[in-house]
Amino acid sequence: MAAISQPRPHPSVILSPYFVRQLRKFTATSLVTLFGSMLAFIYLLPFGNMMTIALRDQESLAGGPDSPILPMKQLFYEYNDGQRVQRLEVFNVPIDGEVRQLAALIKRRTSVVFIDPNDPTAEPIVWEGNWRALQPAYVFQARWENFPEAWQMIDFPLLFRNTFVIAFLGMIGTLLSSISVAYAFARFPIPGKNWLFIVLIGTIILPGQVTLIPTYAFFSSIGWTGTWLPLIVPHFFANAYNVFLLRQFFMTLPRELDEAAMIDGASPLQILLYVIVPQSWAAIVSVGLFHFVWAWNDYFGPLIYLLGKPELQPISVGVQIFNFRYGPRPELVQATSLMAMLLPILLFILAQRFFMRGVVITGVEK
Amino acid sequence: MTSVPTPLSAEPAAVRLHKPLSLLEQQKRWGWLFLSPWLIGFFVFTLIPIVASLIFSFTDFYLTRPEQVKFVGLNNWAKLFADPLTLNSLRVTFGFALLSLPVAIALPVLLAALLNSKYLIGKPFFRLLFYLPYIVPAISSIFIWQAFLNGQTGWLNRLLRLIGIADPPNWLGHEFWIGPAMVLMGVWGVGNAMLITLATLQGVPQELYDAAKVDGAGAVTAFFKITLPMISPVIFYNLILSVIGLLQYFVVPYVLTRGTGNPNGAAYFFNMHLYRTAFLFQDMGYGATMAWFIFLIAIVLTIILFATSRRWVYYAGGE
Repeated sequence: MAAISQPRPHPSVILSPYFVRQLRKFTATSLVTLFGSMLAFIYLLPFGNMMTIALRDQESLAGGPDSPILPMKQLFYEYNDGQRVQRLEVFNVPIDGEVRQLAALIKRRTSVVFIDPNDPTAEPIVWEGNWRALQPAYVFQARWENFPEAWQMIDFPLLFRNTFVIAFLGMIGTLLSSISVAYAFARFPIPGKNWLFIVLIGTIILPGQVTLIPTYAFFSSIGWTGTWLPLIVPHFFANAYNVFLLRQFFMTLPRELDEAAMIDGASPLQILLYVIVPQSWAAIVSVGLFHFVWAWNDYFGPLIYLLGKPELQPISVGVQIFNFRYGPRPELVQATSLMAMLLPILLFILAQRFFMRGVVITGVEK
Repeated sequence: MTSVPTPLSAEPAAVRLHKPLSLLEQQKRWGWLFLSPWLIGFFVFTLIPIVASLIFSFTDFYLTRPEQVKFVGLNNWAKLFADPLTLNSLRVTFGFALLSLPVAIALPVLLAALLNSKYLIGKPFFRLLFYLPYIVPAISSIFIWQAFLNGQTGWLNRLLRLIGIADPPNWLGHEFWIGPAMVLMGVWGVGNAMLITLATLQGVPQELYDAAKVDGAGAVTAFFKITLPMISPVIFYNLILSVIGLLQYFVVPYVLTRGTGNPNGAAYFFNMHLYRTAFLFQDMGYGATMAWFIFLIAIVLTIILFATSRRWVYYAGGE
């Protein structure tokens, strides 16, 4: 970056310090914004790749590395010479300094006989040269039918319903339990509270594998594998991130309100419901959204607990199984990938500030 | 707060018939009650499974025939160090961690510094954009990147060919390139770390930069002498979470390679081996051994990181 030369004012123009400053500011702004835009462009490239494939048809995808990037279709012209109908390839032909789209009737290495599709009865045009040097003509043609086709094949409504139920019930569970536990940590004189809190935070850096096998064996022994319960019930026992976020938020609330309610005879549960919760909607919505998106995106849990139960599987596992099976249909694979991410992305864009504030609370305070 | 109830308990006990709980005792009971969901969950889903995992590691335990659990001593542990698949998967996991950590640590700082720059126009847009891929479900992003990295038709290689690289790498089909390919995919996962770093950057007091300017420090010096030390706690936090996340790396290589870990085992991560052992072959005893082994590694790494953190992590609050 240091090597980038600053534009210097021409000596004949005596510039005021103000102008030099403005010029420098303008240069810095342009360079930084340009750099950001380049990074953003690179970030977006895979999305572009996905969209263009999702809209192409099988024929154009079969074209391999030389096929056009955008959803295009090669042009053909149905030519009736009075005896039969021929399907002719249309080429971009440079003639007399302009490029015309002509249908090739006879293709030879030294010359090509073309028909003008706009005027098929006119005299055929003879073009000198090898037909292989010519570019075939394409038109833009997006195949939107890929989406309904993938939707049908994957039984999207079923996957959607499964994912929604799992994510929603887990969200209720984590909200109830995490609010309660965060309230305990924020307000009550529990002996050894600081140590308990360290243990809670410590579970964030616990590798999940170490509890996985006994937990699985436990759920299996009580007959819960092959049901949604292992994906929902554990969330009724709080989670370190959510408790941390809510506790940090509760700690910022003034205690005077709690104490006033207590003097009026409110029980701690009433204080939580009528004093703390109404002041904490922002944090509660953050936690709910985080859980919902997390559960929507979760893959490993459903993979092991819903093995062999296609009718119960959520979107993540459903899309993966579908895509393994239909790998040779990249347009369907990309269409399902887009469909699976639509709801989380939409939620995020609509509720951006809740997400961002939540991340900031959990991250910065440590 | 806690000292308030003391005078109450000092009252003569004889005054009351049934000695009611002091306010402090009442508060404690309510506290335990509100805490109980986590306490129960911690025992049932964390502490007991950790201990059970250790016990399983000394047994021969198949879920298909749970009545035949045999105590086998250290057999599983001996097997762990003799199993070439385990050793190879450890090599793959650590090799990838070394490749991917610099990106996972530096990229969030770079993006946050960019978003914090007073010269950037359209900050909300860029912030949204850089965070957005983090919200994309792992499954979607894997298939999107798989198409993007496709050696023949993917945009990346088309772009590389366009700028004159005639023979760009076959990212997903070559054992040398699949690691870098997954590092590239990781670029979409830094949104969270970026946002935390950004919030910390915004909290660095402006006076520090003003003072440095007076002392004649340039932008680069200020970045290394002020910005980096001030955000070092957040870098440390990202480092710990990244290391733990890398020890658990599973979904990307599993889906990308259809569970095989190929080409040539170059994407056969430790956790994939664990998954196959415990869930495909139902060998829970050996699986638990592998789980405890990675747990021990995580503990050792965490201790090392915390120990070295005293040298380079600066806590302004003097914690």
